[in-house]
Amino acid sequence: MKKIYAFESRCLGCRLCEVYCRTARFKSKDVVKAHKRKNITSAIIVEEVLGPNNISYFALQCRHCKNPKCIKACISGAMYKNDKGIVRNDSEKCVGCLSCILVCPFGVIKKNDDGKSVSKCDLCADFGEPFCVENCPNEAIKFLNEGEARALK
Amino acid sequence: MSLDFNTPDFEVIRNGNRCIQCKVCVHQCANAVHFYDEEYDVVCVDDSKCVNCHRCVTLCPTKALVIRKYPLEFRENFNWHGKAIKEIYKQSQTGGVLLSSMGNPEPFPIYWDKMLLNASQVTNPSIDPLREPMETKVVIGRKPERLKFDANGKLLTKMPLNIELKVPVMFSAMSYGSISRNAHESLARAAEELGIFYNTGEGGLSKDFYKYGKNTIVQVASGRFGVHKEYLNAGAAIEIKIGQGAKPGIGGHLPGKKVGEDVSATRMIPVGSDAISPAPHHDIYSIEDLRQLIFSLKEATGYKKPVFVKIAAVHNSAAIASGVVRAGADAIVVDGFRGGTGAAPTRVRNNVGIPIELALAAIDQRLREEGIRNYCSLIVAGSIRNSSDVVKAIALGADAVYIGSAAVIALGCHMCHSCSTGKCNWGIATQYPELVKRLNPDIMYKRLVNLISAWNNEIQELLGGMGINAIESLRGNRLMLRGVDLNEKELEVLGIKYAGE
Repeated sequence: MKKIYAFESRCLGCRLCEVYCRTARFKSKDVVKAHKRKNITSAIIVEEVLGPNNISYFALQCRHCKNPKCIKACISGAMYKNDKGIVRNDSEKCVGCLSCILVCPFGVIKKNDDGKSVSKCDLCADFGEPFCVENCPNEAIKFLNEGEARALK
Repeated sequence: MSLDFNTPDFEVIRNGNRCIQCKVCVHQCANAVHFYDEEYDVVCVDDSKCVNCHRCVTLCPTKALVIRKYPLEFRENFNWHGKAIKEIYKQSQTGGVLLSSMGNPEPFPIYWDKMLLNASQVTNPSIDPLREPMETKVVIGRKPERLKFDANGKLLTKMPLNIELKVPVMFSAMSYGSISRNAHESLARAAEELGIFYNTGEGGLSKDFYKYGKNTIVQVASGRFGVHKEYLNAGAAIEIKIGQGAKPGIGGHLPGKKVGEDVSATRMIPVGSDAISPAPHHDIYSIEDLRQLIFSLKEATGYKKPVFVKIAAVHNSAAIASGVVRAGADAIVVDGFRGGTGAAPTRVRNNVGIPIELALAAIDQRLREEGIRNYCSLIVAGSIRNSSDVVKAIALGADAVYIGSAAVIALGCHMCHSCSTGKCNWGIATQYPELVKRLNPDIMYKRLVNLISAWNNEIQELLGGMGINAIESLRGNRLMLRGVDLNEKELEVLGIKYAGE
């Protein structure tokens, strides 16, 4: 299964991936329009790590675990794994208990502004290549099979 | 002193309707022009620090930013114009020599734009490069006087040492130190893929790059940084740098803050120490001394590497070039006054040296008159901007050209002329790891390959139009050029006719 891999040595910390992740949910894919709406949260998070000489950045997003703890913890059956192995959240079923956030070992599920729903990466499964990967200016995040990623790391 | 006469050069305009406060500009500006005000939860701008490098404009996801010339006007005065006044403000505040980067921006004539190329009509056929073979390969180095064959047609003449370029364009000397490791890697990889050469510049060569050796020209300059036997043997050719077009007669100075671990190891100097290249080579005071160095280098490399000598285009270039050829150089490189630099005193950059077009024509003419043109190749540099500049240079007598500014522009340089600050937002002229990262060699080497491939296609089109099918047949063919907007003297130096003649 293809997943998103972050390459720390190439990450600029510009956070454009976060901008495009928020935009990806909107049909028009218009950045300005998307950001005028409330209740949008990026499902990719750029972490800043202060080193001795410089700052390094690292993009984090859902790993689509083999045995996802979030699915086990979900009380309403909103969190599920689809036939392609992508862990998704059905917003119709989600009751906003936030149990998934508590159990996620990577901290990559985020509470939306309304406090009653969550955002997580679904690899932009509904419309092709993940939007963050497509718009990364430095090819620091790539959409790869595990083997390809291992060869590059 | 709180009184500051300086005013911003640029104004950053943020379109409030489009800005989404994503702070990409804040994260990308190494000059801290954009900053986030926590108190008011808003992104703000400090115009005075802007160098107009377009990094924020390019990366802004909503195209909410525009940078303009700062609209503050001085009272109109042709003599005491704003730039002259601002320079005095700056110098009277700091007491320092003004520094600039990249090439001479002053409005001196650009002779490339005053020369026009010929094309075939009726009396001789033009060639379509898409249908017929077209050669853009050139060979650099000494050429034999004549070729001798035995009765069976076998070549008897011992051919001198030559190197071959698939396209008559090379990447000129930019040292590791003045440009980043990633920029260097991009140039090396592109040169390898294109079958051309890149030049190490005077900063030595990191061992990691030895694998690109067959596409590398190693430079020996007055500072002798990183020069050792292994280094000399690592490349395909050696270049002795006497002068640089942007700053003829001046040495170099790489500030200590750019000398990190890796640059220090490559240059063989302590971490954090200034790398100062003296103005002259302290062992060269005559053509005879130059000959000694050329042959020392040949001796060190077992006479297996051609030796180039690079000089800046100055008033007596033709006579100097003649001496350089007689000193035993296999190629002479001439760098015109528009050539770029990481840092040069502004007054030198803007006022010293001569246009490359005139120097090239004069040198080629002189070497021919003296019957020594075939002893060495002639390579020109100093703001070759496009393929027609290349073709015109070859028609004027060059064997190949070097491009530096054009290459860094392909890597993302936006010509903000601020290399000397070391805070290049595009990751080119910097050593800060977080900025170097911004230049991804995997992406950037392809851009260089694209650029040169595009030029190669255009060169073929132009040659085909002239009815020529090999670039070697164009060299020094000045009948293919005509001048416009030039006076008698200029035409005489260029050795070309006026349009219509």
